[in-house]
Amino acid sequence: MPSFVIDEKCDGCKGGDKTACLYICPNDLMVLDADRMKAYNCEPDMCWECYNCVKICPTQAVEVRGYADFTPLGASVVPMRGSEDIMWTVQFRGGTIKRFKFPIRTTPEGEAKPDGGFGVGPGTLDDQLLFTEPASLREDKLWTLGD
Amino acid sequence: MQEFKTIEVSTDFLIIGPGMAGCGAAVEGAHWAKENDVKVTVVDKAAMERSGAVGMGLSAINQYQGENSPVDYLSYVRQDLMGFCRDDLVMDISRHVNGSVHMFEGYGLPIWKDGEGNYVHEGRWQLMINGESYKAILAEAAKNAVGMDNVIERVFVVRLLLDKNDKNKVAGAIGFSVRDPEIYVFKFKACLACAGGAVHVFKPRSTGEGLGRAWYPPWNAGSTSYLTTTAGAEMTSQEIVFIPGRYKDAYGPVGAWFLLFKAAATSATGFNYMAEGLAEGGELHNWPPYGEVKPIPTCLRNHLMMIEMFQKGDGPILIHTDKAIKKIADGAPDKKAYKKEMKKLEAEAWEDFLDMTISQAILWASKDVFPEQGPSEIQPSEPYFIGSHSGASGAWCSGPEDIQTEESKKEYFWGYNRMTTVKGLFAAGDGVGLSSHKFSSGSFTEGRIAAKAAIKYCLDNPEMPEFDSAEVDKLKEQLVLPLKHYEEHTAYTTLGTATKKYDMPVEEVNPNYITPKMAIFRLNKIMDEYVAGWGTQYTCSSITLNIALDLLKLLKEDLPKLAARNLHELMRCWENVHRVQIAEAHTRHKLFREETRWPGYYYRSDFRKMDNDKWGKVFVNSVYDAEKDEFTMLTRPLIHLVDIKEVVGM
Repeated sequence: MPSFVIDEKCDGCKGGDKTACLYICPNDLMVLDADRMKAYNCEPDMCWECYNCVKICPTQAVEVRGYADFTPLGASVVPMRGSEDIMWTVQFRGGTIKRFKFPIRTTPEGEAKPDGGFGVGPGTLDDQLLFTEPASLREDKLWTLGD
Repeated sequence: MQEFKTIEVSTDFLIIGPGMAGCGAAVEGAHWAKENDVKVTVVDKAAMERSGAVGMGLSAINQYQGENSPVDYLSYVRQDLMGFCRDDLVMDISRHVNGSVHMFEGYGLPIWKDGEGNYVHEGRWQLMINGESYKAILAEAAKNAVGMDNVIERVFVVRLLLDKNDKNKVAGAIGFSVRDPEIYVFKFKACLACAGGAVHVFKPRSTGEGLGRAWYPPWNAGSTSYLTTTAGAEMTSQEIVFIPGRYKDAYGPVGAWFLLFKAAATSATGFNYMAEGLAEGGELHNWPPYGEVKPIPTCLRNHLMMIEMFQKGDGPILIHTDKAIKKIADGAPDKKAYKKEMKKLEAEAWEDFLDMTISQAILWASKDVFPEQGPSEIQPSEPYFIGSHSGASGAWCSGPEDIQTEESKKEYFWGYNRMTTVKGLFAAGDGVGLSSHKFSSGSFTEGRIAAKAAIKYCLDNPEMPEFDSAEVDKLKEQLVLPLKHYEEHTAYTTLGTATKKYDMPVEEVNPNYITPKMAIFRLNKIMDEYVAGWGTQYTCSSITLNIALDLLKLLKEDLPKLAARNLHELMRCWENVHRVQIAEAHTRHKLFREETRWPGYYYRSDFRKMDNDKWGKVFVNSVYDAEKDEFTMLTRPLIHLVDIKEVVGM
């Protein structure tokens, strides 16, 4: 099944205010079995393998096994997402292991300012300027037909 | 059945679907709203942090103009779509898009830079990024702009409501929570439909567990198109689908391999179909003028691939990753530099997958594929509806006032930028037709453009429109009907009454209803076999299209018999209602345009050539009358605002 939950690792996020994988799944696939406080993927054949449930799980209980239609068994791709970087461990069927680390953002989480640091420009509702322009364009003016 | 509570939300401007376009709309709309005391609300079927097509991440920003002019970009887009785009819409996005990209960098998106601090381009228009958190970062800026109190998540909007005194004016929307038994009724002056394109209208190539491995995300269910179409908005170019040629099965991206690493593709026995197609006397010269110059349009690249695979039987198509890597690494001056270069290339190649199509990384790992050791297969996928890429389906929208000629202004401008033909109903992203190749950054930008115009509309039309409450009551009943069906009929069969160990994935057979999963299969089979899916090698005719219309009519008659066991399945039922609408519109558009304009996207076997005299200067549009369930087909003129002397490539 595309994403699956390891029974012994999942606690249904009982210590948190919401179950992380239920919160994040863009396709509403994760369900919480409230009696056991265990989450599961209720519709694996509608899973995009986007890994958002894997990345967000606080107990590393969610993993992905590639689509059975065309993916031989035995490989794994496991992320570890921090606040600035993501680490990937790719284990091949034949045993090769590759590790990659990529940055994910350059600002502290929560601090994305809507104007992107460009401030408010001189535009009005009656012209073509978007609110950060022309500064955000790094030009003096906005292009129009005939320029 | 559970009692449903009704929650009423009154706002001025509702953003439906905060993906890339919706986040842009939230950022821009919030600014003008605050200045003018207008209320903005955002509603999302999922969680904004990772909803929409960029929820997984992206490895590149595909529209950045840099120093190029909007006319340069137009030349590329017009060429790629075989002459078909709205010049005003394309150049409008192009002139603003750099600013949005610079804002992304300000939000914290890592964009690759070279030693001198310049952006690293994948191609002329594309920038390389570390895009794992692309959506999360933009959603954060959008949430900070509108405030979390104005964001409603896990609510699926299924239908728009019209003004009871003016049927050509939008007044509200209805939807439901996918987590709690709650119906949401929104009341507003204006809204933005930007809930993505349509996936799983055609049969995907993988139909088992891999059903979800579509190239575009499975949660894009044609909702934007449904909302605008059923509100009576004129739609355009519903025949112009997009078929991406990607790594086989997992649909991993090929852009970096083709553009950054300069990999070549050939048939199985080594025929360089693109170079040969362009050479004197080659196939591409049968599609003038677009086939005769570079860059080769996306559909024609598919077309050449399809000739090798289907006509010559010389498949599969191979992308020579090994040769590309060797050539780059060979440029290194010594062994140490060679090793370093190889390591860098390897990380870049894998990040391309890990950022946006992790399935492809799993597939390579599971098959022990090492790109430096040998080529990989690429293949054309199933058709998608996506106004933001190399497709063009969407709503017929007003353009900007200033990018018009005297002639075009009469046809392409009606007061508010990106407003559809229905008053107060705006569109952006995959929802707008003929403003193709906007991708993530251009969609965000188009959302900004639309939101600014929508705020102005709210101020110009200060009175809150009213919808017919009797109609809302009727819709409320319709909305939960699938749950009612299930409850009423499930006990008719033993499968319905059995204690099931696995109660979710088991399909129940019952003569009184159909499950959402079977409805999607029924739709997929019709579209694949009669409307030019991969199963018929992308070929259709007036005969097959008419058969499809007959079968779609029967399917539509059965849709009120959809059954849902829970709210999750209720969402699936309505997604399928949305898909069927765009399926029918698409079939009618294909039938109406009697030519083959985009070979490699679809072929009309009864009209095998481009017919420039009859179809070269018109867009095919349609208007749907929801009360009568009738489509009216029409054409609109294709007006060029500028002459293109030379196509600027990728």
